[in-house]
Amino acid sequence: MLIAVLSGFVLAVAAPWVRQYTGRYSGWVIGLLPAGLTAYFASHIPLIAAGETLRVVHPWVPGLDIQLSFYMDGLSLLFALLISGIGTFIFIYAGSYMNKRPDLGRFYVYLLMFMASMLGLVLADNLIALFVFWELTSVSSYLLIGIDHKSETARKSALQALLVTAGGGLALLAGFILLAAAGGSFEISELLSRGDVVREHGLYLGILILVLIGCFTKSAQVPFHFWLPSAMAAPTPVSAYLHSATMVKAGVFLLARLFPVLSGTLVWSVVVPLFGAATMLTGIILAMRQTDLKLILAYTTVAALGTLTLMLGIGTELAVKAAIVFLVVHSLYKGALFLVAGSVDHGTGTRDITVLGGHAKALPITFAAAALAGLSMAGIPPLLGFLGKEMLYEAAAHADWLFYAVLFTLAVVISGMLHVAVAAIVSLRPFIGQGQDTPVTPHEAPFAMWLGPLTLASLGLVFGLLPAMAGDALLVPAMGAVYGVPIDYQLTLWHGFNWILMLSLLTLLAGVFVYRSRERIRARLTDADPWINRGPEYGYFRALDFLNWGAQWQTRFFQNGYLGNYLRILIASTVVLVGGTFLLKDNLSLAWQSGSGMRFYEVVVAVLMLAAAILAVERPSRLSSIAALGITGYSVALIYVLFSAPDLALTQILVETLTVLLFVLIFYRLPRFQTLSPPSARRRDALFAVSMGGLVTVLMLAAMDARIAVPISEYHIAASEPLAFGRNIVNVILVDFRALDTLGEIVVLVLAAVGVYALMKLYPPKSEGQ
Amino acid sequence: MTISMSLVLRTATRLIMPLLLVFSVYMLLRGHDKPGGGFIAGLMAGTAFALYAVAYGTEAMARLLRLDPHTLIGGGLLITLLGGVPALFLGEAFLTGLWWTFYIGEVAVKLSTVLIFDIGVYLVVLGVASTVVLVLAEET
Amino acid sequence: MEPFLAVVVGGLFAAGLYMILRRSIVKLLIGLVLLSNAANLVIFVTAGLHRGVPPLVPEGASAPLHTVADPLPQALVLTAIVISFGVLAFAMALVHRTHAMVKTDDINDLTSTDS
Repeated sequence: MLIAVLSGFVLAVAAPWVRQYTGRYSGWVIGLLPAGLTAYFASHIPLIAAGETLRVVHPWVPGLDIQLSFYMDGLSLLFALLISGIGTFIFIYAGSYMNKRPDLGRFYVYLLMFMASMLGLVLADNLIALFVFWELTSVSSYLLIGIDHKSETARKSALQALLVTAGGGLALLAGFILLAAAGGSFEISELLSRGDVVREHGLYLGILILVLIGCFTKSAQVPFHFWLPSAMAAPTPVSAYLHSATMVKAGVFLLARLFPVLSGTLVWSVVVPLFGAATMLTGIILAMRQTDLKLILAYTTVAALGTLTLMLGIGTELAVKAAIVFLVVHSLYKGALFLVAGSVDHGTGTRDITVLGGHAKALPITFAAAALAGLSMAGIPPLLGFLGKEMLYEAAAHADWLFYAVLFTLAVVISGMLHVAVAAIVSLRPFIGQGQDTPVTPHEAPFAMWLGPLTLASLGLVFGLLPAMAGDALLVPAMGAVYGVPIDYQLTLWHGFNWILMLSLLTLLAGVFVYRSRERIRARLTDADPWINRGPEYGYFRALDFLNWGAQWQTRFFQNGYLGNYLRILIASTVVLVGGTFLLKDNLSLAWQSGSGMRFYEVVVAVLMLAAAILAVERPSRLSSIAALGITGYSVALIYVLFSAPDLALTQILVETLTVLLFVLIFYRLPRFQTLSPPSARRRDALFAVSMGGLVTVLMLAAMDARIAVPISEYHIAASEPLAFGRNIVNVILVDFRALDTLGEIVVLVLAAVGVYALMKLYPPKSEGQ
Repeated sequence: MTISMSLVLRTATRLIMPLLLVFSVYMLLRGHDKPGGGFIAGLMAGTAFALYAVAYGTEAMARLLRLDPHTLIGGGLLITLLGGVPALFLGEAFLTGLWWTFYIGEVAVKLSTVLIFDIGVYLVVLGVASTVVLVLAEET
Repeated sequence: MEPFLAVVVGGLFAAGLYMILRRSIVKLLIGLVLLSNAANLVIFVTAGLHRGVPPLVPEGASAPLHTVADPLPQALVLTAIVISFGVLAFAMALVHRTHAMVKTDDINDLTSTDS
């Protein structure tokens, strides 16, 4: 399974070459990988249908209990099949749709990267691995939306999608860590059986809120829905794949994945369905306002994601079943419709529904695909969409509380009604009736571009006629995986004459009515624009402005270019924070009484050292200052001599000599000392310097009393002669025990020398600087 | 660089310089058992050359050094790395010390990768010190 | 002796920092030298001071016969001394170049990247 997930990343590396060598067939060649993956995952269907699950574990970061583990059950298998199956058609489609674009190779790289991360996301068993894949999908989505990197809109939309989803991702990470703390494991497969423990845990509310933020941002729930329509700046295959069929479903997937762990509490049942219903209605109403085919589809996608969240929120067995069926229904028809929109754009040069009309003759196959998908979207028998809608109505009507049942039934019916109208707008309107002239003479899309939409739309019909075919093998195991206990269920298209069917008929009629008055509704909604413009997206931009302003302010404040300012800020914060900690800790002990006693000549050396340092500071001439500096250095060497460090003493004397020589060598080329600061500034700096010096003294005294373990050097002392054949232990540490450190240190030295050489010898071209 | 006019300094340097260089090699070789080692010996040789530069000027120093300091630095780094490699062939970690003892008559001669490493350190430190002195002291 | 030296090292630190805070660019170099000496002493002194027991193994023995000074901080400080020399050389080159190019020795004149 690891190979299946990672193969996409591997092929991504080679994709530009594949594109170069296979030319216009590149889509077919690359499509072989997702096709193969589809076959691979499909081969697991019998196993999973029999109620088994599969788990593969690879060690990753063992120290942190993070494994690269994969888990396959009904839910992850269903998603994996959707991802690889729809992916196959997307690659074939994109190879043709974007054939003329020079950046197609790069596009394949990102899209393959996305596919692999998405597979990793749905198959991951470890929460951290899931999070990593989750963020990778956000990143690849960013790259794909921004593929037109020369367009400002594309860049802005890409950034917006990234900020919203990755920001939610951070919340998700926090939620995961809390979840692992509460449930005692990072493995989802283990957490699934510990739902009770997690739900009773004190952290439950925090976990739920954080995970919901992650899911809601990713799956474009109100109030984070605005990034999804903006993401339509991406090429159509990307919109079809990432922003309707797969990536945006990641949030819903996670809700479903963690359903047995997190659902069933009062908070869940009250909050989650409300967000879902609000998103559903917002999406479908805003869809009515749009005239661009892709934007209409984007808003209906928001509505569909809301519907899924609503169902998982209601959380009854009926609702879970409805969610799974609707998930598949939606992936099939929405993927098909997006690709149809691309084909229409390709064939006519426009996506504006007020311009399009009557192209059924010119684009017959595309029309067939659009009609099938549209019928499924409208929920008309015998398509799978009908079944999906019936189940939604039934689940909403049987919500746990009467109030919610009424509220949600009403919401689902309104949404269904508008769905009928929108389905007609996107799948009929461009093809029938009268239209205006289009920029391009209408023509049918090539084979590669109608294969995908037609197949996906036809699947809606096949599964509708033979629901058991998809149901028993795939959908029912997925339902069981979500619900937590195996579900025994027979999918049938026909539920008999009951009041749900009446509701369906009513929806259909009302939908037709809405379709007929669509122009008026759109005008009404356009009137509401000022109000809509003050929505969450406005808040997003304000937040962004505020962030930029804050960043500028703090940069101006902290990084104003004055070295002294930086240092004073550093010193002040160190003294306040470290010193403050010392004051607050009451068990601080300072080693004022240290064992070694004081000897006269040692005190003399130390005082000499300090006196020379003060002299070096205070002398107004360079020469005397450097001489005083030399005295300090040699006094330090004397300290090393007095306290048993012959190697240090030798090194110090030599370095001091070299330092003084260097100073003498460049002496005459350096400017004289000057008194530049006024006395008040000098007093202020002295205060800073002395307080830092005082802190160092305190730190040293505290550190001397703080030994808590046996020093590692005892090993060095004992092993020096027997193991390393050296009697100078300091040298043995340098060249043997810690030789790698020494290697690093001489590299630093070399870099310093290179820096000196570059600064002094390499001049910029004469025109500048000289 | 203003060439020092002090005859005393020049004469003294001429006398001390060879002694310092020989002593630095001695410090390098004995460093594993007594105070000394690559860093100290390298600094000592570097100081000797710096002294020479003060007495006779940087050009004279560069002539005396013969090798380009960059060669010293590069060669030294290479030697330190080479000192670490033999251990790899014996399945030990990089830079693990290996020892061979030869007998010339009664005298035991100890050779080791550690010594090779220390010689590399010596050359790098000498190279760095002389680069710095040459570059900073040269009229630009 | 350690407490007394701790105070002295604190004084060295203050002297070095004060020099680095000056605007005259050459004083920065002096401050840097003082600061590196002080930092090396911090490590050396905090490890504990011992008189007359250098970390050497006597001829013929396989380990020191009595307690010796801790060799590890000495090894650390030894490389630190050499590296601070490298850093000082780099700082000298930097100051020299800056002075040659910008013709100022007031650090406060160096507040922007364009000269």
